[in-house]
Amino acid sequence: MDQPTSPPRLRPAKLKTDVAIDIIGMHKWFGDFHVLRDINLRVMGGERIVICGPSGSGKSTMIRCINRLEEHQRGRILIDGMELTGDLRRIDEIRREVGMVFQHFNLFPHLTVLENLTLAPIWVRKMPKKDADDIAMHFLRRVKIPEQAHKYPGQLSGGQQQRVAIARALCMNPKIMLFDEPTSALDPEMVKEVLETMVQLAEDGMTMLVVTHEMGFARQVANRVVFMDEGQIVEVNTPEEFFAHPQHERTKLFLSQILQ
Amino acid sequence: MAAHTPSGTSYVRAQAVAPLPPPLVESGAIGWLRTALFSGPLNIVLTILSGALIVLIVPPLLNFLIFDATWSGADREACLARPDRPVVGACWAFIRERLGYFIYGFYPIAERWRVDAFFVLLTIGIIWLLAPTARRRTLGAIYFFVVMPVLACVLLLGWPAIGLPEVSTTQWGGMLVTVVVSGVGIVFSLPIGIVLALGRRSRMPLVKLFSVIFIEFVRGVPLVTVLFMASVMLPLFVPEQWSPDKLLRALVGVALFASAYMAEVVRAGLQAIPRGQYEGAMAVGLSYWRMMGLIILPQALRVTIPNIVNSYIALFKDTTLVFIVGIFDFLRTIEAARVDPKWATPVTSTTGYAFAAIVYFICCYLMSRYARDMEARLTTTHRR
Repeated sequence: MDQPTSPPRLRPAKLKTDVAIDIIGMHKWFGDFHVLRDINLRVMGGERIVICGPSGSGKSTMIRCINRLEEHQRGRILIDGMELTGDLRRIDEIRREVGMVFQHFNLFPHLTVLENLTLAPIWVRKMPKKDADDIAMHFLRRVKIPEQAHKYPGQLSGGQQQRVAIARALCMNPKIMLFDEPTSALDPEMVKEVLETMVQLAEDGMTMLVVTHEMGFARQVANRVVFMDEGQIVEVNTPEEFFAHPQHERTKLFLSQILQ
Repeated sequence: MAAHTPSGTSYVRAQAVAPLPPPLVESGAIGWLRTALFSGPLNIVLTILSGALIVLIVPPLLNFLIFDATWSGADREACLARPDRPVVGACWAFIRERLGYFIYGFYPIAERWRVDAFFVLLTIGIIWLLAPTARRRTLGAIYFFVVMPVLACVLLLGWPAIGLPEVSTTQWGGMLVTVVVSGVGIVFSLPIGIVLALGRRSRMPLVKLFSVIFIEFVRGVPLVTVLFMASVMLPLFVPEQWSPDKLLRALVGVALFASAYMAEVVRAGLQAIPRGQYEGAMAVGLSYWRMMGLIILPQALRVTIPNIVNSYIALFKDTTLVFIVGIFDFLRTIEAARVDPKWATPVTSTTGYAFAAIVYFICCYLMSRYARDMEARLTTTHRR
């Protein structure tokens, strides 16, 4: 593999269909608690969706349903044409195509950064170790921390860890990336470096669903903003319209609280 | 400017103050005494009490074990008190003469080299597997878990075809039995325990039910009962010629018993792993077994090393209970030898028990020491 001076742009894996994610009439309960009520959302390939809403509104639960970290009880979820069912093989197949970045990074503390990145390509994609190493170093350069490859996650700052987590997801060459409050657990000065990485990713044409309170990111990157409250999608709109002319009272209230 | 020069202000000291005396010694022998032994009234009292206890116990112990001890002799005469030797300490002559019995039991004397060879093979395996600097550990694992057990069976049980006469397990005894029983228990309890622990956390109701019943049943009965059931009740249901060897039955009993405890130890470790680790592993597409084998268990076992070794030490000592089904383990051979009229003296029993205590202590201490070193090594290489 030749090593270009500036890392090349990555080309996200092509989706088989135009619709990346199709959620149709989805409901979810935690015991008696109705967390998600009649969620309908269609995400086209290459679209960047930002999901916001007050805490407890079900936004994290919703994107966790997309790669089956949570099970939905009613309705359908189609990922690139494949329906999510209880079939374990299907679930694994979908998880291979959907990358996820968590609020608390969830890196594997007993493995080095490089091992964190190559684990899934080697064991899930059956890639030879050398190729996996090359790809991992490629993405570490992309997130600008190739020099940390042989450290353990515990030796890195929060921002660096989150960039490693993004690189880890990218190493599986996903078609869709889910971000669950990726900057909420970071110190303020580290939010920027993670957001920059995400903006780059968006510029490369990755299909992204981002749960975040970073309204600047939403304005800059999102094609659409989804506002959720009490387990329902209240409003979906372009960022310009969403911020300038929110349609619903709850949206207005939320925006007034979050944008002082 | 003038205000800053000392010459114009008489109340400013012209010379530097002498440095303060250094604080009370905190390092060195005296410093250590002061901080560790005499740092407060309570500590002073405790230090004095402990000192008194040491003075009370250690000299008589040393006298008995070393200074008054009998080191050689042919029979009880050597260890009896005589007018010219009123105080008699430990009768090490007894231990020396019966050492072969303590190590090999009734194993035929001409064949004892086979047991020695087994001990050598075992030691090589243990060092290969556990030494931090050992290379090619995969090969070592194959040796330890496949090659060595086969060799050991051939060596110890015999194989007349290649000129090794058969030795029935009823003739085994002493340290050999203790090592075999605890070794089998140690080697089998961890994998079985891991499977049971995973089973107990499984979402599949049947697997979970079986694991819970097995663990709770085995933990609910004493080891003695398990051994009794294995050696007395099993033959009642199985025809004579099908009934497995007595030692084998005890081995299975001990291994299953230890597994149930190990399962709970491993489960505690699994519970210490945050949910995010499972989610991180699932999100990159790892299947259940890969997630467990690559992500969860390596971390879970690491945090439970102290508990695992704790179980191993307990197991090693619990193996003494096999005497109850008529198997002569190390402690039982000492028990049998100490009542031998040839060595009947007032100090024989004490010497025998002292010897047993020393041997068990060395074995257990080595285990705990190794575990501590390994923990230290793991925390320095995998800083969180």
